[in-house]
Amino acid sequence: MSRTLKGPEEELSPTLQVSKISESVEIERPTEVKDIPPPKLSIRNLEAWFGTKRALKGINLDVRENSITAFIGPSGCGKTTLIRCLNRMHEMTPGASAKGQAILDGMDMYDAKVDPVTIKRRIGMVFQKPNPFPTMSIYDNVAAGLKLNGIKDKKLIDDIVRESLEGAALWEEVKNELNKPGMGLSGGQQQRLCIARALAMQPEILLMDEPTSSLDPIASSKIEELVHGMKKDLTVVIVTHNMQQAARVSDFTAFMYLGELIEYGDTKQIFENPRMELTERYISGKFG
Amino acid sequence: MEKIQQEKANLKYQLQSTMERKSSKKRKIDRLVTIFCIICVGLAIVPLGSILFEVIKNGISALRIEFLTQRPGSMISGRGGIGPAIQGTLITVGIASIIAAPAGIFAGIYLAEFAGTGPLPHAIRFFNDVLTGLPSIVLGIVGYIVIVLVIGSFSVWAGSFALSIIMIPIVVRVTEESLKVVPNSIREAGHSLGIPKWKITLHITLKAAFSGVLTGIVIGISRIAGETAPLIMTILGTSLFFTGFDDPVDALPLRIWRLASQPYDSAHAQGWAAALILILIVLLFSVTLRFLAARKGFKVRVIRYSNL
Repeated sequence: MSRTLKGPEEELSPTLQVSKISESVEIERPTEVKDIPPPKLSIRNLEAWFGTKRALKGINLDVRENSITAFIGPSGCGKTTLIRCLNRMHEMTPGASAKGQAILDGMDMYDAKVDPVTIKRRIGMVFQKPNPFPTMSIYDNVAAGLKLNGIKDKKLIDDIVRESLEGAALWEEVKNELNKPGMGLSGGQQQRLCIARALAMQPEILLMDEPTSSLDPIASSKIEELVHGMKKDLTVVIVTHNMQQAARVSDFTAFMYLGELIEYGDTKQIFENPRMELTERYISGKFG
Repeated sequence: MEKIQQEKANLKYQLQSTMERKSSKKRKIDRLVTIFCIICVGLAIVPLGSILFEVIKNGISALRIEFLTQRPGSMISGRGGIGPAIQGTLITVGIASIIAAPAGIFAGIYLAEFAGTGPLPHAIRFFNDVLTGLPSIVLGIVGYIVIVLVIGSFSVWAGSFALSIIMIPIVVRVTEESLKVVPNSIREAGHSLGIPKWKITLHITLKAAFSGVLTGIVIGISRIAGETAPLIMTILGTSLFFTGFDDPVDALPLRIWRLASQPYDSAHAQGWAAALILILIVLLFSVTLRFLAARKGFKVRVIRYSNL
């Protein structure tokens, strides 16, 4: 499927690319040396406020292409704020603001010329609580993003709805009841419906804000499986306060504390051989 | 050692007995409150029921097919009907709601979704509430000055104008309240798909609040269908069928008022029958709208009617 919904792309100036990336945290892989995927989204000096309270204190981080990056940290550390900055959702909260750079394929999404609405078409989001559109059927929930963005080709929409529901491992369960209301599904099914709804927009990045925190273990493991399979097609960023989940599902892990990025690296290294004492204490359950 | 255990058992016994006493007292209070609530429900229902009973009892004798279709005849004989009044009410209220429903809905959308917080939306809300509380005769005078004096005749337009101004603030308020009840996570879901805000509002948020908005329209229409005072100043009332939008028409509340002020029993019976018809029209309309809404799969949601 072609990415018909893609926004304009700009070339990043080479100087910026070199200088900024060199100061980002190096990812070390002590045991095996693999190719580190290229960065898909580069976050540079990102700060976020709620009113006058600073929630993020200058974050620098590279999200790697076709990988799964997990943000972990204790409650209130800013991981949800950070993920909400990555599709410019944060600033929609009254009183909230953000500044800095988040460079998506060479285009800074915080540039004044960029329309936040077009960014959200390229970067999908799944929320903490399943939030299907209440008056819509299962089909319409998945098709809503396409239809309301002006796509009228019925056949194309049908195909994408099916493909997205398959991608969210929900097709087999709902294929005979596509016209039933989305709210009638179970919690886990609703969350997979929300994933299908996000996938229908053909996003390049999928942001997931604690997608399993309101689900039971079986529904959670289904979603984890799903996330694991998704990385061949897209880049996933997942916020979780479940460390086992981060260890199981992600390739890279960022540990945050009090609005700062404490440590970022290969998931295996973070969990087995953390460089910072704070990370080590959090991972071993001494606080948080 | 034994003494301590003895004391503990004692204490436990005392605690339990007080708890039992308290719980029996609590149960009594519980029952009292329930009874009080039932009495209050009775107080609310009895007048309503007796009004309906009275209207039906007194009006049913005058109710015939000709009564619904014919022009008013001689007041003394009890001949003739309220055809023009039914027609006039449907036309005037219809035009008024065609003006007021969209205007009120969009104003409500503005207040709930776009205005945010600030002095302007605050002022709009305040004046809207003032408008809700304004005596309807005042709006009749406004209609008289703005339209009747300008076009030189009592008219349907003037009546619909006055009625729509009564209805708009009701629709505004209820629309705003029902939109505010829609959880923000639904709007965020829309934003996360890159849908423009106006489309989210119209296709997602408004749909979720639809039953509430519909209730607002029903309340508004029921309210203006029964208005009498502003109509005296605007459509005047006539015994003729509709002749044009620039001419006077009749309306049910006006006809009821005219019939009731006659000294004849037959006219009073007709008045009761006309009141019954007005109640039935409003009821039928409200039930039909709700039925249509329910069939489309919208759940009827309870909303707050503050400041109505």
